Amino acid sequence: MKFQRVAALTKKEVKKTVREPAVLFMIFLFPVVFVLAFGASFGGLGGTQPVYNIGVVNMDYANLSQAFIAALSDTKILSVQVYADNQTAQNDLSQGKVQAIIVIPESFSQSLISYHEEPNDPSKWINATVSLYLDKGSVVATQAIPPIIQQILSAFTDGNAQPTPTPISLQVASLVEAKQLSAFEFMAPGMFTFASIFLIMMVAQSFTQDRENGMLKRIRITPTTPTEFMASQVLSYMLIALIQAILVFLVAYLLGFRPNVDVSAYALAFVFVLAFSLSNVGFGLITATVAKTSGAATGIAFLFVLPQLFLGTFVGASLSSSAQVVSKFVPSYYVTDALTSLFLREASVASSTILLDLAIVSVSCIAILAVGIILYAKYYKI
Amino acid sequence: MNEFAIVMERVVKRFEDVTAVDGVSLYVAKGELFGLLGPNGAGKTTTVNILCGLLKPTNGSVVVNGYDVQKESAKVKELIGVCPQETAVYSYLTGIENIELFGNLHVLDKDTLKTRRDMLLEKMGLTHDAKRRVEKYSGGMKRRLSLILALIHDPQIIFLDEPTIGMDPQSRRAVWDFMEYLKREGKTIFLTTHYMEEAEALCDRVGIIDHGKLITLDSPKELISKHGVENLEEVFIKLTGRRIREEL
Repeated sequence: MKFQRVAALTKKEVKKTVREPAVLFMIFLFPVVFVLAFGASFGGLGGTQPVYNIGVVNMDYANLSQAFIAALSDTKILSVQVYADNQTAQNDLSQGKVQAIIVIPESFSQSLISYHEEPNDPSKWINATVSLYLDKGSVVATQAIPPIIQQILSAFTDGNAQPTPTPISLQVASLVEAKQLSAFEFMAPGMFTFASIFLIMMVAQSFTQDRENGMLKRIRITPTTPTEFMASQVLSYMLIALIQAILVFLVAYLLGFRPNVDVSAYALAFVFVLAFSLSNVGFGLITATVAKTSGAATGIAFLFVLPQLFLGTFVGASLSSSAQVVSKFVPSYYVTDALTSLFLREASVASSTILLDLAIVSVSCIAILAVGIILYAKYYKI
Repeated sequence: MNEFAIVMERVVKRFEDVTAVDGVSLYVAKGELFGLLGPNGAGKTTTVNILCGLLKPTNGSVVVNGYDVQKESAKVKELIGVCPQETAVYSYLTGIENIELFGNLHVLDKDTLKTRRDMLLEKMGLTHDAKRRVEKYSGGMKRRLSLILALIHDPQIIFLDEPTIGMDPQSRRAVWDFMEYLKREGKTIFLTTHYMEEAEALCDRVGIIDHGKLITLDSPKELISKHGVENLEEVFIKLTGRRIREEL
C-alpha cells in the first residue's frame, strides 16, 4: 500500500467537505437546524408508562424498612434492586445500570415508630434522612424520580401522599452535592453522536456522484488499489468525524458544557466518535450500493440516519420501553451511553460499562464497514 | 509480437442481449497513432474500456505492451494513460490540485510531478488558470485539463476517447498540436473519434467500426485511394450507406 496515494485521496475528500456548500451544510448546519426543530416538537414515544430502575441500600434491616422497600416495589413504575452495600450500588449508578439509589438509614424504623407513637409532638421524634442519589446523566432520573420517591415515602410514613412534617426527610444527594445540570448538558453527549450520523449521507452522495461523473472509473484506471482507495475513504471520514466532534465540543463548551472529568475521558470520547465513524462509512457504502443516483442516495440514507438518530442520540432521551429495547441494536446508542457515562456520570474510563460499550461499538462498526465494502465491491468495482 | 503496443484478438463484448463489440481483432504498433472511427454507439468506448481493463471481454484476448490486460492489470495501469469521453475532473479542486492528485496516484516524486505539471499546463494553455477552481473553467478548458490528468505520469500508451468532443476550434487545435507532439515523443496513441477530419489529419492508420464490427482498417490515404473517394467521411458513406455524424 502506497501512503502517497492514500494521503492524496484523503486530502481531496477533506477539501471537498470544506469547499462544497451543500456538503458543509449537511455535515455541520443541518444537524443544528434539525436539533432546534426537533427539540421544539418532540414529545415521548408510544405513551406507555416508563419504568425506572432504582437501587435500594437498606442500613436498617428492621421490618418497617422492609415494608418500605415492598411499597417501592409495589409501584409499577419502579423496578427495585436491593444492594448489600452502598459502594456496589454507587458503582452501578455511575455506570448507568440504575437510575437512582435510595439509602435507608439505620434509624429509619425507630424514627417511624417514634412518629406513629407521638404524631403531634415533634420533640419526641427521632429524625432520619433517606438519601436519594440520582443518575446525573439522565434528565429523566433527576426530574421524574425525586417526586415519585417523595410521594411513596410520604404515603408510607403517614398515609398521606402530600409531604407533611414527619421525622423522615428525603435528601436528594446529587442536587445537594453537585450543580443541577441544564437540559443542554444532558443532551451534549448525544450531540457528539448526532453530528457524526450525517456522514452516512455524505459518504453515499460522494460515491454516487463520483460514479455518475466518471471519477471512480478514472481512479480505477490508475494503479491505485482497492485497499488504498478504501483506506483513503475511511481515513478521510474519520478525520471529518474528528473535526466535527471538536467543533461540537467547542460549541458545547461555549454554551456551558464543562464536565468535571480528566483528559483521559476526553481522549476516550474521541476514540468512540472515531470508531462510530466507521459504521457511518459502512452504512454510506451500503446506501451507495443500493442507490443508482446521488439524489436517490440522499433519500435512502435516511433509512439508516433516522433509526440511529431517534434511538441512539439525545433525540431519543425519553424513549418508550419498547423503543429502548430496539435501541440496543443501533451503534449510536452505545456511543451516547458511553459518552453520558464518561461526561455526566463521571464513570472511570476503565469501568466495565465503558469497556463493554467500546467493545460493542468497535466490533459492530467494523462489521458494518466490512459489509459496506463487500456489498459495494460486489456491485460496483472499486 | 513485441513490436506491438496493443494486440486485440477476436474480442467480443456482450451486455445481456446487445453485442457492443463483435469479434474485433487489431494490432497497434509501438509509436503509432491509431484512430478508431465510428458513429455514436458503434462500440468505440466499449473497445477502449476493454483495452484499459475497465471491462472484461466476453470472449477474446487483449495484450498491452506484452501484458495480459485482465491478468496483469496492475502492470498495464502503470503503462497507460486514459482520457475518458466524459470530462472527469474534480470541479471543487483547482487545476493544479487535480493534476497533483493524479500525479500522486501514480506515485510521482515531487520534482517530477512539478516539472511534468508545469510543462503540460503550458502545452495545454492552462498555466494562467491553473490555480482557479475547475468549476470556473469553460468546457474546453475542462477537456484540456482532463487530457493533462491522463498524461501526468508520462505513459507509454495513451487512450484518448473522443478527446476533442464539444471543444471550440482553438482548444481542438491545441489538442491536435499536442497529439502530434506526443507522437514525435514516440508515444503510442489510441484515439477514438467521430470527427473524420481529425482522424485524417492525425492518424497513421484508422479502423472504422460500426455496430461493434471492424469494417475496414488501413491508413487514411490508402482507404481514400482504395475506395476512390475524397475523404474518410465518404469512405464511411460508401461502406455503410449513411453519414457518420447523422446519428449524433
